[in-house]
Amino acid sequence: MESHVPHKQRLWLYALTALILIFLVLPTLIVIPMSFSSANSLAFPPPGWSMRWYESFFGQEKWLLSAWVSLRVAFGTMIVATTLGTAAAYGLHVGSFALRGTISSVLIAPLAIPSILLAIGMFFVYASAGLLNSMLGLVIAHTLVAIPFVLITMTAGFKTYDLSQEMVARSLGASRLKAFFTVTLPQLKFSVISAALLAFIVSFDEVVISVFISAGPNSTLTKVMFSTLRDDVDPTIAAVSTLMLIIATVPPLVLQLLANRKREP
Amino acid sequence: MALTDTSLGHIRPPVTDAELAYNARALEKDRRRENIQLLRLALPALAIVIILMVAPIGWLFSLSFVSEGGGLSLENYSRILTEGAYISIFVTTFKVAVLVTVFCVLLGYPVSYVLAMLPDRWAQLLLLAVLVPFWTSLLVRTYAWLVLLQRRGIVNETLDALGLIERPLALVNNMTGVVIGMVHIMLPFLIMPLYASMKSIDGNFMRAAANLGSSPGHAFRHVFLPLSMPGLIAGTMMVFVMCLGFYITPSLLGGGKVQMIAQRIEQSVSLFPTWGPASALAVVLLVLTAGFLALSWLIVRRLTANQ
Repeated sequence: MESHVPHKQRLWLYALTALILIFLVLPTLIVIPMSFSSANSLAFPPPGWSMRWYESFFGQEKWLLSAWVSLRVAFGTMIVATTLGTAAAYGLHVGSFALRGTISSVLIAPLAIPSILLAIGMFFVYASAGLLNSMLGLVIAHTLVAIPFVLITMTAGFKTYDLSQEMVARSLGASRLKAFFTVTLPQLKFSVISAALLAFIVSFDEVVISVFISAGPNSTLTKVMFSTLRDDVDPTIAAVSTLMLIIATVPPLVLQLLANRKREP
Repeated sequence: MALTDTSLGHIRPPVTDAELAYNARALEKDRRRENIQLLRLALPALAIVIILMVAPIGWLFSLSFVSEGGGLSLENYSRILTEGAYISIFVTTFKVAVLVTVFCVLLGYPVSYVLAMLPDRWAQLLLLAVLVPFWTSLLVRTYAWLVLLQRRGIVNETLDALGLIERPLALVNNMTGVVIGMVHIMLPFLIMPLYASMKSIDGNFMRAAANLGSSPGHAFRHVFLPLSMPGLIAGTMMVFVMCLGFYITPSLLGGGKVQMIAQRIEQSVSLFPTWGPASALAVVLLVLTAGFLALSWLIVRRLTANQ
Protein backbone atom coordinates (compact mmCIF):
# COMPACT_ATOMS: atom_id res chain seq x y z
CA MET A 1 0.00 0.00 0.00
CA GLU A 2 1.51 3.32 -0.95
CA SER A 3 0.88 6.65 0.67
CA HIS A 4 -0.17 9.96 -0.84
CA VAL A 5 1.99 12.17 1.26
CA PRO A 6 5.32 13.08 -0.35
CA HIS A 7 8.30 11.38 1.29
CA LYS A 8 9.82 14.70 2.27
CA GLN A 9 6.89 15.58 4.51
CA ARG A 10 7.24 12.28 6.29
CA LEU A 11 10.92 12.50 7.10
CA TRP A 12 10.10 12.94 10.78
CA LEU A 13 8.13 9.69 10.69
CA TYR A 14 11.00 7.81 9.03
CA ALA A 15 13.47 9.26 11.52
CA LEU A 16 11.25 8.22 14.41
CA THR A 17 10.92 4.71 13.00
CA ALA A 18 14.67 4.45 12.54
CA LEU A 19 15.22 5.50 16.16
CA ILE A 20 12.72 2.94 17.45
CA LEU A 21 14.25 0.18 15.35
CA ILE A 22 17.67 1.12 16.72
CA PHE A 23 16.19 0.95 20.23
CA LEU A 24 15.07 -2.59 19.41
CA VAL A 25 18.27 -3.88 17.82
CA LEU A 26 21.19 -2.17 19.53
CA PRO A 27 20.65 -3.41 23.09
CA THR A 28 20.38 -6.90 21.68
CA LEU A 29 23.67 -6.64 19.86
CA ILE A 30 25.58 -4.79 22.56
CA VAL A 31 26.45 -8.04 24.31
CA ILE A 32 28.77 -8.94 21.43
CA PRO A 33 31.35 -6.15 21.98
CA MET A 34 30.84 -6.55 25.75
CA SER A 35 31.90 -10.17 25.55
CA PHE A 36 35.30 -9.23 24.09
CA SER A 37 36.01 -6.67 26.78
CA SER A 38 39.22 -6.86 28.75
CA ALA A 39 37.70 -5.16 31.78
CA ASN A 40 36.30 -6.81 34.85
CA SER A 41 33.52 -4.24 34.98
CA LEU A 42 30.54 -3.62 32.77
CA ALA A 43 32.13 -0.52 31.26
CA PHE A 44 30.94 0.31 27.79
CA PRO A 45 32.62 0.89 25.41
CA PRO A 46 35.19 -1.62 26.70
CA PRO A 47 38.57 -0.13 27.60
CA GLY A 48 40.36 -2.94 25.74
CA TRP A 49 39.75 -6.23 24.02
CA SER A 50 40.37 -9.80 25.12
CA MET A 51 39.04 -13.34 24.98
CA ARG A 52 39.09 -13.76 28.75
CA TRP A 53 35.32 -14.11 29.18
CA TYR A 54 35.20 -16.88 26.59
CA GLU A 55 38.11 -18.54 28.40
CA SER A 56 36.17 -18.12 31.61
CA PHE A 57 33.10 -19.71 30.02
CA PHE A 58 34.97 -22.66 28.54
CA GLY A 59 37.01 -23.06 31.71
CA GLN A 60 34.16 -23.35 34.20
CA GLU A 61 32.29 -26.55 34.73
CA LYS A 62 29.04 -24.83 35.73
CA TRP A 63 28.77 -23.08 32.37
CA LEU A 64 29.87 -25.99 30.19
CA LEU A 65 27.73 -28.51 32.02
CA SER A 66 24.62 -26.34 31.92
CA ALA A 67 25.14 -25.46 28.25
CA TRP A 68 25.35 -29.18 27.50
CA VAL A 69 22.18 -29.82 29.52
CA SER A 70 20.35 -27.04 27.65
CA LEU A 71 21.43 -28.32 24.25
CA ARG A 72 20.37 -31.89 25.03
CA VAL A 73 17.04 -30.78 26.50
CA ALA A 74 16.38 -28.52 23.50
CA PHE A 75 17.20 -31.38 21.13
CA GLY A 76 14.94 -33.79 23.01
CA THR A 77 12.15 -31.22 23.13
CA MET A 78 12.51 -30.60 19.43
CA ILE A 79 12.04 -34.31 18.64
CA VAL A 80 9.19 -34.95 21.09
CA ALA A 81 7.27 -31.70 20.57
CA THR A 82 7.53 -31.83 16.78
CA THR A 83 6.32 -35.44 16.72
CA LEU A 84 3.44 -35.00 19.17
CA GLY A 85 2.50 -31.56 17.86
CA THR A 86 2.46 -32.69 14.23
CA ALA A 87 0.42 -35.79 15.07
CA ALA A 88 -2.08 -33.64 16.97
CA ALA A 89 -2.23 -31.02 14.21
CA TYR A 90 -2.89 -33.73 11.61
CA GLY A 91 -5.58 -35.43 13.68
CA LEU A 92 -7.31 -32.16 14.47
CA HIS A 93 -7.09 -30.90 10.90
CA VAL A 94 -8.33 -34.05 9.15
CA GLY A 95 -10.73 -35.42 11.74
CA SER A 96 -14.24 -34.14 12.25
CA PHE A 97 -15.12 -35.07 15.82
CA ALA A 98 -17.08 -32.97 18.25
CA LEU A 99 -14.25 -32.07 20.63
CA ARG A 100 -11.95 -30.72 17.93
CA GLY A 101 -12.23 -27.05 18.88
CA THR A 102 -11.89 -27.72 22.58
CA ILE A 103 -8.83 -29.91 22.16
CA SER A 104 -6.99 -27.39 20.04
CA SER A 105 -7.81 -24.62 22.52
CA VAL A 106 -6.42 -26.71 25.37
CA LEU A 107 -3.27 -27.47 23.36
CA ILE A 108 -2.70 -23.80 22.58
CA ALA A 109 -3.48 -22.61 26.13
CA PRO A 110 0.13 -22.93 27.43
CA LEU A 111 0.89 -19.96 25.20
CA ALA A 112 -1.59 -17.73 27.03
CA ILE A 113 -1.04 -18.87 30.60
CA PRO A 114 1.65 -16.95 32.53
CA SER A 115 4.76 -19.10 32.75
CA ILE A 116 4.97 -18.55 36.50
CA LEU A 117 1.70 -20.49 36.86
CA LEU A 118 2.90 -23.29 34.59
CA ALA A 119 6.13 -23.35 36.60
CA ILE A 120 4.59 -23.72 40.06
CA GLY A 121 2.09 -26.27 38.76
CA MET A 122 4.85 -28.38 37.26
CA PHE A 123 6.99 -27.94 40.35
CA PHE A 124 4.34 -29.63 42.48
CA VAL A 125 3.52 -32.36 39.97
CA TYR A 126 7.22 -33.16 39.56
CA ALA A 127 7.87 -33.02 43.30
CA SER A 128 5.34 -35.78 43.84
CA ALA A 129 6.35 -37.74 40.73
CA GLY A 130 10.08 -37.57 41.51
CA LEU A 131 10.84 -35.82 38.24
CA LEU A 132 12.39 -32.68 39.76
CA ASN A 133 15.88 -31.90 38.49
CA SER A 134 15.74 -34.61 35.86
CA MET A 135 16.43 -34.44 32.13
CA LEU A 136 13.20 -36.28 31.37
CA GLY A 137 11.22 -33.79 33.44
CA LEU A 138 12.80 -30.86 31.60
CA VAL A 139 12.08 -32.36 28.19
CA ILE A 140 8.42 -33.01 29.04
CA ALA A 141 7.99 -29.56 30.57
CA HIS A 142 9.53 -27.81 27.58
CA THR A 143 7.47 -30.00 25.25
CA LEU A 144 4.35 -28.57 26.87
CA VAL A 145 5.57 -25.04 26.17
CA ALA A 146 6.63 -25.89 22.60
CA ILE A 147 3.46 -27.78 21.57
CA PRO A 148 1.41 -24.62 20.80
CA PHE A 149 4.14 -23.35 18.48
CA VAL A 150 4.35 -26.68 16.63
CA LEU A 151 0.56 -26.97 16.48
CA ILE A 152 0.11 -23.47 15.04
CA THR A 153 2.90 -23.89 12.50
CA MET A 154 1.77 -27.34 11.35
CA THR A 155 -1.92 -26.42 11.20
CA ALA A 156 -1.01 -23.50 8.94
CA GLY A 157 1.02 -25.95 6.85
CA PHE A 158 -1.82 -28.48 6.57
CA LYS A 159 -4.20 -25.71 5.53
CA THR A 160 -2.12 -24.96 2.45
CA TYR A 161 -1.97 -28.62 1.53
CA ASP A 162 -4.53 -30.43 -0.61
CA LEU A 163 -5.49 -33.53 1.33
CA SER A 164 -6.97 -35.23 -1.72
CA GLN A 165 -3.40 -36.09 -2.71
CA GLU A 166 -3.30 -38.38 0.28
CA MET A 167 -6.64 -39.84 -0.78
CA VAL A 168 -5.18 -40.56 -4.22
CA ALA A 169 -2.24 -42.38 -2.67
CA ARG A 170 -4.59 -44.41 -0.49
CA SER A 171 -6.92 -45.27 -3.35
CA LEU A 172 -3.83 -46.56 -5.15
CA GLY A 173 -3.20 -48.93 -2.29
CA ALA A 174 -0.95 -47.06 0.14
CA SER A 175 -1.82 -47.37 3.81
CA ARG A 176 -2.75 -44.16 5.61
CA LEU A 177 0.63 -44.16 7.38
CA LYS A 178 2.54 -44.73 4.16
CA ALA A 179 0.53 -42.08 2.34
CA PHE A 180 1.27 -39.60 5.12
CA PHE A 181 5.00 -40.26 5.22
CA THR A 182 5.61 -40.52 1.49
CA VAL A 183 3.12 -38.04 0.05
CA THR A 184 2.06 -35.50 2.67
CA LEU A 185 5.11 -35.04 4.86
CA PRO A 186 7.68 -34.40 2.09
CA GLN A 187 5.52 -31.58 0.78
CA LEU A 188 5.25 -30.03 4.24
CA LYS A 189 9.00 -30.27 4.82
CA PHE A 190 9.29 -26.55 5.27
CA SER A 191 6.59 -26.37 7.96
CA VAL A 192 8.12 -29.30 9.81
CA ILE A 193 11.57 -27.71 9.82
CA SER A 194 10.13 -24.39 11.02
CA ALA A 195 8.16 -26.11 13.76
CA ALA A 196 11.20 -28.12 14.88
CA LEU A 197 13.42 -25.04 14.99
CA LEU A 198 10.81 -23.13 16.95
CA ALA A 199 10.54 -25.97 19.44
CA PHE A 200 14.33 -26.06 19.81
CA ILE A 201 14.58 -22.31 20.44
CA VAL A 202 11.58 -22.22 22.77
CA SER A 203 13.22 -24.88 24.91
CA PHE A 204 16.72 -23.41 24.73
CA ASP A 205 15.50 -19.95 25.79
CA GLU A 206 12.98 -21.08 28.39
CA VAL A 207 13.75 -19.55 31.80
CA VAL A 208 10.92 -19.47 34.31
CA ILE A 209 10.00 -23.16 34.33
CA SER A 210 13.65 -24.22 34.22
CA VAL A 211 14.40 -22.04 37.24
CA PHE A 212 11.79 -24.00 39.20
CA ILE A 213 12.34 -27.56 38.05
CA SER A 214 16.05 -27.84 37.31
CA ALA A 215 18.92 -27.82 39.77
CA GLY A 216 22.35 -29.23 40.47
CA PRO A 217 24.05 -31.05 37.61
CA ASN A 218 20.87 -30.83 35.54
CA SER A 219 20.55 -27.05 35.69
CA THR A 220 19.89 -25.44 32.32
CA LEU A 221 22.03 -22.63 30.97
CA THR A 222 19.20 -20.15 31.54
CA LYS A 223 18.84 -21.23 35.18
CA VAL A 224 22.58 -20.72 35.82
CA MET A 225 22.46 -17.39 34.00
CA PHE A 226 19.46 -16.21 36.01
CA SER A 227 20.99 -17.07 39.37
CA THR A 228 24.34 -15.58 38.37
CA LEU A 229 22.64 -12.38 37.26
CA ARG A 230 20.73 -12.20 40.51
CA ASP A 231 23.82 -12.53 42.70
CA ASP A 232 26.45 -10.50 40.91
CA VAL A 233 27.06 -9.48 37.37
CA ASP A 234 29.86 -11.67 36.06
CA PRO A 235 30.98 -10.48 32.59
CA THR A 236 31.18 -14.15 31.54
CA ILE A 237 27.44 -13.68 30.99
CA ALA A 238 28.26 -11.41 28.03
CA ALA A 239 30.12 -14.32 26.41
CA VAL A 240 27.26 -16.71 27.23
CA SER A 241 24.78 -14.18 25.82
CA THR A 242 26.71 -13.88 22.58
CA LEU A 243 26.73 -17.66 22.18
CA MET A 244 23.00 -17.80 22.95
CA LEU A 245 22.32 -15.01 20.50
CA ILE A 246 24.06 -16.99 17.76
CA ILE A 247 22.30 -20.25 18.61
CA ALA A 248 18.86 -18.63 18.76
CA THR A 249 19.00 -16.21 15.82
CA VAL A 250 21.05 -17.86 13.10
CA PRO A 251 18.70 -20.79 12.35
CA PRO A 252 15.55 -18.65 12.01
CA LEU A 253 17.45 -16.10 9.92
CA VAL A 254 18.54 -18.84 7.54
CA LEU A 255 14.98 -20.12 7.46
CA GLN A 256 13.63 -16.64 6.71
CA LEU A 257 16.07 -16.27 3.84
CA LEU A 258 15.09 -19.67 2.48
CA ALA A 259 11.41 -18.73 2.72
CA ASN A 260 12.01 -15.47 0.86
CA ARG A 261 13.92 -17.27 -1.86
CA LYS A 262 11.17 -19.86 -2.15
CA ARG A 263 8.53 -17.17 -2.60
CA GLU A 264 10.42 -15.53 -5.44
CA PRO A 265 10.27 -17.65 -8.60
CA MET B 1 -17.58 -51.12 -7.88
CA ALA B 2 -20.11 -48.63 -9.15
CA LEU B 3 -23.68 -49.62 -8.40
CA THR B 4 -25.13 -48.49 -11.71
CA ASP B 5 -22.64 -50.12 -14.03
CA THR B 6 -24.40 -50.68 -17.36
CA SER B 7 -21.36 -50.88 -19.59
CA LEU B 8 -21.33 -54.67 -19.62
CA GLY B 9 -24.56 -54.78 -21.56
CA HIS B 10 -26.85 -56.03 -18.86
CA ILE B 11 -29.01 -53.89 -16.63
CA ARG B 12 -28.59 -54.30 -12.89
CA PRO B 13 -31.78 -54.58 -10.91
CA PRO B 14 -32.59 -51.33 -9.15
CA VAL B 15 -30.79 -50.82 -5.82
CA THR B 16 -33.05 -51.47 -2.93
CA ASP B 17 -33.48 -49.10 -0.01
CA ALA B 18 -32.12 -51.78 2.27
CA GLU B 19 -28.91 -51.95 0.27
CA LEU B 20 -28.53 -48.17 0.33
CA ALA B 21 -29.12 -48.09 4.06
CA TYR B 22 -26.57 -50.85 4.53
CA ASN B 23 -24.02 -48.88 2.54
CA ALA B 24 -24.72 -45.70 4.47
CA ARG B 25 -24.32 -47.57 7.74
CA ALA B 26 -21.04 -49.10 6.64
CA LEU B 27 -19.70 -45.74 5.51
CA GLU B 28 -20.81 -44.11 8.72
CA LYS B 29 -19.09 -46.82 10.75
CA ASP B 30 -15.93 -46.38 8.70
CA ARG B 31 -16.01 -42.65 9.18
CA ARG B 32 -16.46 -42.99 12.90
CA ARG B 33 -13.59 -45.46 13.20
CA GLU B 34 -11.35 -43.15 11.24
CA ASN B 35 -12.29 -40.17 13.40
CA ILE B 36 -11.44 -42.10 16.54
CA GLN B 37 -8.06 -42.95 15.07
CA LEU B 38 -7.48 -39.29 14.21
CA LEU B 39 -8.54 -38.24 17.69
CA ARG B 40 -5.98 -40.65 19.13
CA LEU B 41 -3.22 -38.77 17.32
CA ALA B 42 -3.93 -35.73 19.47
CA LEU B 43 -4.03 -37.66 22.74
CA PRO B 44 -0.30 -37.79 23.66
CA ALA B 45 0.03 -34.01 23.38
CA LEU B 46 -3.27 -33.58 25.17
CA ALA B 47 -2.15 -35.87 28.01
CA ILE B 48 0.96 -33.78 28.65
CA VAL B 49 -1.01 -30.55 28.73
CA ILE B 50 -3.69 -32.01 31.00
CA ILE B 51 -1.28 -33.62 33.47
CA LEU B 52 1.18 -30.75 33.67
CA MET B 53 -1.09 -27.76 33.20
CA VAL B 54 -4.81 -28.35 33.59
CA ALA B 55 -4.59 -30.63 36.63
CA PRO B 56 -2.14 -28.56 38.73
CA ILE B 57 -4.04 -25.36 37.96
CA GLY B 58 -7.26 -27.02 39.00
CA TRP B 59 -5.55 -28.13 42.17
CA LEU B 60 -4.28 -24.58 42.86
CA PHE B 61 -7.80 -23.37 42.29
CA SER B 62 -9.21 -25.72 44.92
CA LEU B 63 -6.34 -24.95 47.31
CA SER B 64 -7.15 -21.26 47.15
CA PHE B 65 -10.49 -21.92 48.86
CA VAL B 66 -8.94 -23.74 51.81
CA SER B 67 -8.23 -21.65 54.90
CA GLU B 68 -5.21 -22.04 57.19
CA GLY B 69 -7.25 -24.16 59.54
CA GLY B 70 -8.11 -26.53 56.69
CA GLY B 71 -11.76 -25.49 56.26
CA LEU B 72 -13.47 -24.25 53.17
CA SER B 73 -13.44 -20.46 53.08
CA LEU B 74 -12.73 -17.29 51.14
CA GLU B 75 -10.13 -16.28 53.73
CA ASN B 76 -7.26 -16.27 51.21
CA TYR B 77 -9.12 -14.00 48.84
CA SER B 78 -10.16 -11.58 51.55
CA ARG B 79 -6.53 -11.48 52.70
CA ILE B 80 -5.11 -10.59 49.31
CA LEU B 81 -7.83 -8.03 48.72
CA THR B 82 -7.48 -6.26 52.07
CA GLU B 83 -3.88 -6.59 53.29
CA GLY B 84 -1.77 -3.59 52.33
CA ALA B 85 1.20 -5.68 51.16
CA TYR B 86 -0.92 -7.52 48.61
CA ILE B 87 -2.75 -4.41 47.45
CA SER B 88 0.53 -2.66 46.75
CA ILE B 89 1.59 -5.67 44.66
CA PHE B 90 -1.55 -5.35 42.57
CA VAL B 91 -1.00 -1.61 42.21
CA THR B 92 2.62 -2.11 41.11
CA THR B 93 1.67 -4.84 38.67
CA PHE B 94 -1.03 -2.73 37.02
CA LYS B 95 1.17 0.35 36.98
CA VAL B 96 3.98 -1.51 35.21
CA ALA B 97 1.58 -3.22 32.79
CA VAL B 98 -0.19 0.03 31.88
CA LEU B 99 3.05 2.00 31.45
CA VAL B 100 4.65 -0.70 29.32
CA THR B 101 1.52 -1.08 27.19
CA VAL B 102 1.19 2.67 26.60
CA PHE B 103 4.84 2.99 25.56
CA CYS B 104 4.54 -0.05 23.31
CA VAL B 105 1.54 1.49 21.52
CA LEU B 106 3.27 4.87 21.17
CA LEU B 107 6.42 3.30 19.75
CA GLY B 108 4.86 0.39 17.92
CA TYR B 109 2.16 2.18 15.96
CA PRO B 110 4.44 4.46 13.91
CA VAL B 111 6.86 1.61 13.22
CA SER B 112 4.11 -0.72 12.03
CA TYR B 113 2.64 2.08 9.92
CA VAL B 114 5.91 2.85 8.17
CA LEU B 115 6.65 -0.85 7.66
CA ALA B 116 3.21 -1.38 6.14
CA MET B 117 3.70 1.56 3.75
CA LEU B 118 7.17 0.57 2.58
CA PRO B 119 7.72 -1.69 -0.44
CA ASP B 120 7.87 -5.35 0.62
CA ARG B 121 11.59 -5.74 0.05
CA TRP B 122 12.39 -2.88 2.44
CA ALA B 123 9.80 -3.93 4.95
CA GLN B 124 11.20 -7.48 5.06
CA LEU B 125 14.66 -6.12 5.78
CA LEU B 126 13.51 -3.72 8.49
CA LEU B 127 11.33 -6.42 10.03
CA LEU B 128 14.56 -8.21 10.89
CA ALA B 129 15.19 -5.40 13.36
CA VAL B 130 11.98 -6.49 15.07
CA LEU B 131 12.56 -10.22 14.72
CA VAL B 132 16.16 -10.45 15.94
CA PRO B 133 15.31 -9.16 19.43
CA PHE B 134 12.16 -11.29 19.35
CA TRP B 135 14.23 -14.44 18.88
CA THR B 136 16.87 -13.42 21.37
CA SER B 137 16.59 -14.81 24.87
CA LEU B 138 14.87 -12.53 27.31
CA LEU B 139 17.76 -13.09 29.71
CA VAL B 140 20.28 -11.82 27.17
CA ARG B 141 18.26 -8.67 26.60
CA THR B 142 17.69 -8.08 30.29
CA TYR B 143 21.43 -8.40 30.85
CA ALA B 144 22.09 -5.91 28.06
CA TRP B 145 19.83 -3.36 29.75
CA LEU B 146 21.59 -3.94 33.03
CA VAL B 147 24.81 -2.93 31.27
CA LEU B 148 23.29 0.03 29.43
CA LEU B 149 21.34 1.53 32.30
CA GLN B 150 23.78 1.24 35.19
CA ARG B 151 25.13 4.31 36.97
CA ARG B 152 28.18 4.56 34.74
CA GLY B 153 26.54 2.85 31.79
CA ILE B 154 26.41 4.10 28.24
CA VAL B 155 23.08 5.91 28.65
CA ASN B 156 24.23 7.94 31.64
CA GLU B 157 27.66 8.59 30.10
CA THR B 158 26.09 9.84 26.88
CA LEU B 159 23.66 12.13 28.67
CA ASP B 160 26.55 13.40 30.77
CA ALA B 161 28.76 14.02 27.73
CA LEU B 162 25.92 15.97 26.11
CA GLY B 163 25.70 18.07 29.25
CA LEU B 164 22.08 17.08 29.82
CA ILE B 165 22.56 15.79 33.36
CA GLU B 166 24.82 16.68 36.25
CA ARG B 167 24.56 13.47 38.24
CA PRO B 168 23.98 9.97 36.83
CA LEU B 169 20.29 9.09 36.73
CA ALA B 170 19.04 6.07 38.62
CA LEU B 171 17.82 4.10 35.62
CA VAL B 172 18.02 0.57 36.96
CA ASN B 173 17.00 -1.26 40.12
CA ASN B 174 13.78 0.69 40.08
CA MET B 175 10.54 1.11 38.17
CA THR B 176 12.25 2.97 35.30
CA GLY B 177 14.56 0.06 34.57
CA VAL B 178 11.76 -2.47 34.70
CA VAL B 179 9.59 -0.44 32.32
CA ILE B 180 12.42 0.18 29.83
CA GLY B 181 13.42 -3.49 29.81
CA MET B 182 9.86 -4.72 29.47
CA VAL B 183 8.97 -2.27 26.68
CA HIS B 184 11.96 -3.63 24.78
CA ILE B 185 10.78 -7.19 25.26
CA MET B 186 7.09 -6.54 24.52
CA LEU B 187 7.41 -4.20 21.54
CA PRO B 188 7.76 -6.99 18.92
CA PHE B 189 4.57 -8.59 20.29
CA LEU B 190 2.70 -5.39 19.43
CA ILE B 191 4.42 -4.62 16.12
CA MET B 192 3.94 -8.04 14.54
CA PRO B 193 0.13 -8.36 14.75
CA LEU B 194 -0.32 -4.65 14.08
CA TYR B 195 1.92 -4.73 11.01
CA ALA B 196 0.07 -7.79 9.71
CA SER B 197 -3.33 -6.15 10.13
CA MET B 198 -2.20 -2.85 8.57
CA LYS B 199 -0.76 -4.79 5.67
CA SER B 200 -4.18 -6.25 4.96
CA ILE B 201 -5.92 -2.85 4.80
CA ASP B 202 -7.01 -2.20 1.23
CA GLY B 203 -5.12 0.84 -0.11
CA ASN B 204 -8.15 1.75 -2.21
CA PHE B 205 -9.93 3.01 0.91
CA MET B 206 -7.26 5.64 1.45
CA ARG B 207 -7.26 6.49 -2.25
CA ALA B 208 -11.04 6.85 -2.21
CA ALA B 209 -10.86 9.15 0.80
CA ALA B 210 -8.25 11.31 -0.94
CA ASN B 211 -10.38 11.32 -4.06
CA LEU B 212 -13.36 12.55 -2.08
CA GLY B 213 -11.35 15.47 -0.79
CA SER B 214 -9.92 14.21 2.50
CA SER B 215 -6.63 15.68 3.57
CA PRO B 216 -4.05 12.96 4.34
CA GLY B 217 -4.41 13.62 8.08
CA HIS B 218 -8.18 13.45 7.91
CA ALA B 219 -8.08 10.25 5.84
CA PHE B 220 -5.67 8.71 8.32
CA ARG B 221 -7.85 9.54 11.33
CA HIS B 222 -11.17 8.57 9.78
CA VAL B 223 -10.20 5.69 7.51
CA PHE B 224 -6.85 4.12 8.35
CA LEU B 225 -6.94 4.40 12.13
CA PRO B 226 -10.36 2.73 12.55
CA LEU B 227 -9.37 -0.01 10.09
CA SER B 228 -6.19 -0.72 12.04
CA MET B 229 -8.11 -0.92 15.34
CA PRO B 230 -8.64 -4.71 15.47
CA GLY B 231 -4.89 -5.34 15.07
CA LEU B 232 -4.04 -2.60 17.54
CA ILE B 233 -6.44 -3.87 20.19
CA ALA B 234 -5.35 -7.49 19.78
CA GLY B 235 -1.68 -6.50 20.09
CA THR B 236 -2.28 -4.11 22.99
CA MET B 237 -4.26 -6.64 25.00
CA MET B 238 -1.65 -9.32 24.40
CA VAL B 239 1.12 -7.03 25.64
CA PHE B 240 -0.91 -5.99 28.68
CA VAL B 241 -1.78 -9.55 29.63
CA MET B 242 1.78 -10.76 29.21
CA CYS B 243 3.00 -7.92 31.43
CA LEU B 244 0.68 -8.99 34.25
CA GLY B 245 2.47 -12.32 34.62
CA PHE B 246 6.04 -11.15 34.03
CA TYR B 247 8.67 -12.53 36.33
CA ILE B 248 12.26 -12.47 35.00
CA THR B 249 12.70 -8.84 33.96
CA PRO B 250 11.15 -7.23 37.07
CA SER B 251 13.23 -9.55 39.26
CA LEU B 252 16.49 -8.61 37.56
CA LEU B 253 15.97 -4.95 36.66
CA GLY B 254 13.81 -3.99 39.64
CA GLY B 255 16.53 -4.61 42.19
CA GLY B 256 13.99 -6.00 44.66
CA LYS B 257 12.10 -2.72 44.70
CA VAL B 258 9.49 -3.61 42.12
CA GLN B 259 7.23 -6.37 43.40
CA MET B 260 4.84 -7.84 40.88
CA ILE B 261 2.32 -10.67 41.24
CA ALA B 262 4.57 -13.34 39.72
CA GLN B 263 7.47 -12.55 42.05
CA ARG B 264 5.19 -12.75 45.05
CA ILE B 265 3.94 -16.16 43.93
CA GLU B 266 7.51 -17.36 43.46
CA GLN B 267 8.52 -16.19 46.92
CA SER B 268 5.64 -18.02 48.51
CA VAL B 269 6.73 -21.25 46.85
CA SER B 270 10.34 -21.03 47.91
CA LEU B 271 10.16 -19.21 51.23
CA PHE B 272 6.93 -19.98 53.02
CA PRO B 273 5.18 -23.20 53.78
CA THR B 274 1.81 -21.46 53.74
CA TRP B 275 0.32 -21.77 50.34
CA GLY B 276 -3.12 -20.24 50.78
CA PRO B 277 -2.68 -16.58 49.79
CA ALA B 278 -0.24 -17.48 47.01
CA SER B 279 -2.71 -19.88 45.43
CA ALA B 280 -5.40 -17.20 45.60
CA LEU B 281 -2.93 -14.82 43.96
CA ALA B 282 -2.28 -17.39 41.24
CA VAL B 283 -6.01 -17.79 40.62
CA VAL B 284 -6.46 -14.01 40.44
CA LEU B 285 -3.61 -13.78 37.92
CA LEU B 286 -5.16 -16.54 35.85
CA VAL B 287 -8.61 -14.97 35.94
CA LEU B 288 -7.23 -11.55 35.00
CA THR B 289 -5.29 -13.06 32.11
CA ALA B 290 -8.24 -15.06 30.80
CA GLY B 291 -10.63 -12.13 31.37
CA PHE B 292 -8.58 -9.60 29.44
CA LEU B 293 -7.95 -12.05 26.60
CA ALA B 294 -11.67 -12.81 26.35
CA LEU B 295 -12.44 -9.08 26.42
CA SER B 296 -9.99 -8.37 23.62
CA TRP B 297 -11.46 -11.21 21.59
CA LEU B 298 -14.96 -9.78 22.03
CA ILE B 299 -13.92 -6.25 21.11
CA VAL B 300 -12.02 -7.38 18.03
CA ARG B 301 -14.95 -9.53 16.92
CA ARG B 302 -17.37 -6.62 17.29
CA LEU B 303 -15.05 -4.24 15.43
CA THR B 304 -14.52 -6.61 12.53
CA ALA B 305 -18.24 -7.40 12.37
CA ASN B 306 -19.03 -3.69 12.04
CA GLN B 307 -16.69 -3.26 9.15
